[in-house]
Amino acid sequence: MTHAAELPGWAALLSALFLLLGAALAFTGSLGLLRFGSFYERVHAPTLGTTLGLGCVLIASMIAFSALQSRPVLHEVLIAICVTVTTPITLMLLTRAALYRDRREGSDYVPTRAPRQAAIED
Amino acid sequence: MTAVLLTWAILVAQFLLGLAMACATFRLIRGPRAQDRVLGLDTLYLNAMLLLLTFGIRSGSTLYFEAALVMALLGFVATAALAKFLMRGEVIE
Repeated sequence: MTHAAELPGWAALLSALFLLLGAALAFTGSLGLLRFGSFYERVHAPTLGTTLGLGCVLIASMIAFSALQSRPVLHEVLIAICVTVTTPITLMLLTRAALYRDRREGSDYVPTRAPRQAAIED
Repeated sequence: MTAVLLTWAILVAQFLLGLAMACATFRLIRGPRAQDRVLGLDTLYLNAMLLLLTFGIRSGSTLYFEAALVMALLGFVATAALAKFLMRGEVIE
């Protein structure tokens, strides 16, 4: 920890606040992944960490680096865009795959296909 | 004073993210089904990325940021490929 003393007070305070908030949100999401009962409930939980948690940690990083290098540092926006765009895609793919597997097995937990949808897809 | 606050905040954040990674690893190992394991792997990737960003704030070096960016891309590709595999039984048709 060499550079923390170089940070101005407001930057250290804001950065610490956002970092704690982001880490707590990510932990809450992962705890949900651990505790929820079925896959379709579990798939919601980590998105808390991928949206709000990631955003808070990135804001903390932006504040710290901007204050440290005394110029606006915005390259964290790249990660934000990348993750925000890709998370819904991956989770929708994964949920579709899970739904397909559950229906294939004739699981009671998921509803069968609606007749109209089945007619369209077949 | 605020420097000490930031040091402690980083420590607590690292601890919380470590716990989050432990939760994701438990889901990755225990399952019970393949889609749960894939979801656990995705969460593990994401928490590791957040941990790398925290390391970056702690050390003040931008190298960690680049590693985190690569990790974000790899996590997306890995999860998408695994979801495709669960759906179709093969990744590239």
